[in-house]
Amino acid sequence: MQQFWSVPRITRRAWKVWHRNIVVFFRTWKVNFFPPLIEAFLYLFAIGLGIGSYVREIEGIPYVNFIAPAILAISVMNSAFFECTYGSYVRMYYQKSFDAMIATPLSIEDVIAGELLWGATRSLLYVIIMLPVLAAFGVISLPLSLLAIPLAFLGGLMFAGIAMCFTAVTPSIDTLNYPSFLLITPMALFSGTFFPVTLMPVLFQYIALALLPLTHIVAIMRMLTLPALSGMLVLHLVWILIVTVIFCIIAINLMRKRLIV
Amino acid sequence: MGATIPDIIEAIHLEKTFGSIKAVDGISFAVKKGEVFGFLGPNGAGKTSTMKIIACVSPRTSGTIRVFGMDPDISPAEIKQRLGVVPQETNLDPDFTCYGNLFTYSRYFDIPPDKAQKKADELLEFVQLSEKRDVTVEKLSGGMKRRLILARALVNDPDLLILDEPTIGLDPQARHLIWERLKLLQAQGNTIVLTTHYLDEAERLCDRLVIMDNGKILVEGSPSDLVKKYVGKEIVEVEKTADVLSCLERNHISFEITGDTVQIATESSRDVARLLFDHCSPHKVLTRSATLEDVFLKLAGRKLRE
Repeated sequence: MQQFWSVPRITRRAWKVWHRNIVVFFRTWKVNFFPPLIEAFLYLFAIGLGIGSYVREIEGIPYVNFIAPAILAISVMNSAFFECTYGSYVRMYYQKSFDAMIATPLSIEDVIAGELLWGATRSLLYVIIMLPVLAAFGVISLPLSLLAIPLAFLGGLMFAGIAMCFTAVTPSIDTLNYPSFLLITPMALFSGTFFPVTLMPVLFQYIALALLPLTHIVAIMRMLTLPALSGMLVLHLVWILIVTVIFCIIAINLMRKRLIV
Repeated sequence: MGATIPDIIEAIHLEKTFGSIKAVDGISFAVKKGEVFGFLGPNGAGKTSTMKIIACVSPRTSGTIRVFGMDPDISPAEIKQRLGVVPQETNLDPDFTCYGNLFTYSRYFDIPPDKAQKKADELLEFVQLSEKRDVTVEKLSGGMKRRLILARALVNDPDLLILDEPTIGLDPQARHLIWERLKLLQAQGNTIVLTTHYLDEAERLCDRLVIMDNGKILVEGSPSDLVKKYVGKEIVEVEKTADVLSCLERNHISFEITGDTVQIATESSRDVARLLFDHCSPHKVLTRSATLEDVFLKLAGRKLRE
């Protein structure tokens, strides 16, 4: 049990792994920059304008403004989570990249830390791409919404850590579908994204607040984009920080257990 | 030791267990600076496990090992900074070109970019892949991939090169090219440790080698000494017939049966052949010099390993 909680020895070599991934990302930037742009437009049109024309307002806020922060938050979750599940698994299992890296001065802790940092960076990049679209539609406030960028990195790191735990224990790439469908999809729907958490039964509200990481990202995101700052921001932030630290540590230790035999 | 040059690798009672399986069972060996040292053995003998311990990617269960005088458990990064590793599996980075693979790998060793660029082109030249410089690695043949991996293992000018089955699955031309390059590295004074189950490869390359089986070292020595000591100079092979067998027994000549041939190890194949022709009415007789393969089969047995 102790081996899951020991604080991993990470060196700044982790950034070399991060650097490798970002080089590949920008070399194929056309395929990588397109999805977040399209995603922003799709959500805005289908849900924002489509459903929005019936719903019009939620809690006195135009519906499309209500879901704009959710679009950002879901993108933060998806980009880091899928990068550190399928992406990392492919690099680990099919490409054997981690094996190649740990034959150099990099340790497995450095490699996984680099992957987590990269997952978080991907969330950050996606939010940077989406922000101008949302700003152009006038559905987010500026300049406070720019704080969504650092929040994207922190939230991305949290989802990267959670994702890497699944990657560390999954028997094959197919079984990564379970967390995607059983965790990520429900979270995208029930975390105060497209309707307020308060519409759900009280018990579910507690569950969403206690267990669904996305709830906290959406909440802060919304405070920034509306804007509607409140003291709750600190509580959400603390929740995210604690969960991020816990899952990143467990992820690195689980990965070491899987790969170092 | 005193004032002499310390060994590059020194292992004493090295052990590695996986659950109840002893992959490496208390082996001791030393590799000197500038020599090519081979690990031979059938599949599952513990060769790769030993390589992984040396390469600091798999911790030993017990025993001691020092690489460049350092402990892999304590100073892995310092040791790995000076190692070049050619793994058994091809693990080139498919997201990069040949050049990109070498350059990216250089970064992991903290090699400055301008130096890394120069080195990458030099190494592509060295393994004869300059023409494929900007080709993605997926488009390379198996032999080219192995050569690129060899080049990658050299980006940091390693003090010790570890090769796990360097020519596995290659055609004769590709194998010869790799051998030639390794010979060149050897001539430049590099220390090389390699595993192989190609015995001609070991005979050709190794100054000294050990034969392993079931996690243990069976014998250690130079290829020629081992052949001399365990088999003899020459081998006479004769087709197995009842006449030949009874004739050999009558003349008190020891032999070994493999399939439908009988093998006789001897100091003088000419005498044995003459005796066969004069007294045993053999069908087919073949004489050849003894090789490491004979030593290997004698020590490790002929049973198939899975």
